[in-house]
Amino acid sequence: MYMERLAEPVPGAAIDPMQPRFERVSRVQREGADIWTIEIDMADGFDFLPGQFNMLYAPGVGEAAISISGDPAAPGRLVHTIRSVGMVSAALCRLEAGDLVGIRGPYGHGWPVDQAAGKDVVVIAGGLGLAPLRPAIYRLLAERARFGRVVLLCGMRSPEDILFQHELERWRTHLDIELEVTVDHAGADWRGNVGVVTTLVPRAAFKPDRTIALLCGPEIMMRFAAVELANAGVPDSAVYVSLERNMKCAIGLCGHCQFSGVFVCKDGPVFSYDRVRALLALREI
Amino acid sequence: MIDGMEKIVREQSFFAGLGQATIDLVAGCTRNTHFAAGTMLFREGDPADEFFLVRHGRVALEMSAPGRGAITFETVSAGGIVGLSWLIPPYRWSFDARAVDEVRAIGIDARCLRRKCEADHDFGYTMMMRFVPVLVDRLQASRLQVLDVYGTPR
Repeated sequence: MYMERLAEPVPGAAIDPMQPRFERVSRVQREGADIWTIEIDMADGFDFLPGQFNMLYAPGVGEAAISISGDPAAPGRLVHTIRSVGMVSAALCRLEAGDLVGIRGPYGHGWPVDQAAGKDVVVIAGGLGLAPLRPAIYRLLAERARFGRVVLLCGMRSPEDILFQHELERWRTHLDIELEVTVDHAGADWRGNVGVVTTLVPRAAFKPDRTIALLCGPEIMMRFAAVELANAGVPDSAVYVSLERNMKCAIGLCGHCQFSGVFVCKDGPVFSYDRVRALLALREI
Repeated sequence: MIDGMEKIVREQSFFAGLGQATIDLVAGCTRNTHFAAGTMLFREGDPADEFFLVRHGRVALEMSAPGRGAITFETVSAGGIVGLSWLIPPYRWSFDARAVDEVRAIGIDARCLRRKCEADHDFGYTMMMRFVPVLVDRLQASRLQVLDVYGTPR
């Protein structure tokens, strides 16, 4: 409620690319120790592509780039899943139903879902990386007949940290997808896989020369997952990664997210791996 | 029985590409094994006399710590090797291995295999070229686990 004292923006009003429109949070759900999902009912809809992000503004605190984690086929419900790691994201995670939040977007290039038509699709998610991939998974499942094999490999920290657990359980009931979850460590009561997500790649069934792979998670995880995919025969040009950098303007003007010759906000956040592989190996740019 | 094991060994992807003579040498050190869910394949500190190639089911590799109970640091599924401590002295297991569900596996007599590796260094080299990648993969996976990449950045 403190936000309304700081500013009195007009809900729904979109002005220019640098000014957020304000909407009220409809629902909030805690996903884990430091992860929340906020939902915003959008009366006039909000079209986006899987993999795109919004700049979310916590009034009086600041803006942060947050991937959209909802269903692109349900534009009336804008969903973001946020980890509380800094001042802005912590403020966003403190939002309650009825609070105002500023939105700019959607921005960036998303996952090449249409390009994957007719091919096998391997989705590799690590931790919160499942959130930006979820819109793509919704589309893969909704348009299942357009794709070959669909493989979803998820790595999480521990059984207690499994993101979207109920949804993963529901997806697992689909007989025409392969879904494996692994955790980095677990107690003896966990009956699932234990080990890093990269260990699932050699066991997955897909045709490497006809596969598109979508990767999202910590960069080091994506690097090693890409190596496993290359070992399996998937070319780097068919592997797509979503990068996270310090996005500020989100429209390629300010340069904060410049990553060598590319702007992550405008040219990404999804890149083909052959385009950024060498950059990810650099210690400093 | 050895003929039967030869066929089973030849069918395993882990041994894919090996010549018939090599398969025969390996098969001579193997037996079919079965573990009910919850039973131990071996325990930390035991002699590493027999290791396993999982054919069906899942095996949890665990370490116990006071006050924390058993912690699973890896699971091995079909096609995976359970146990590498048989490769190097003092040939003792450094963790527990427990069947998560019903497990069918090829049990490989480690002393028998070591003896054959020592007697025939070409065979020994071939075996090392199969098992060292397993070691390297485990080491790499352990590094990523230690990094705790999904934790909140600090």
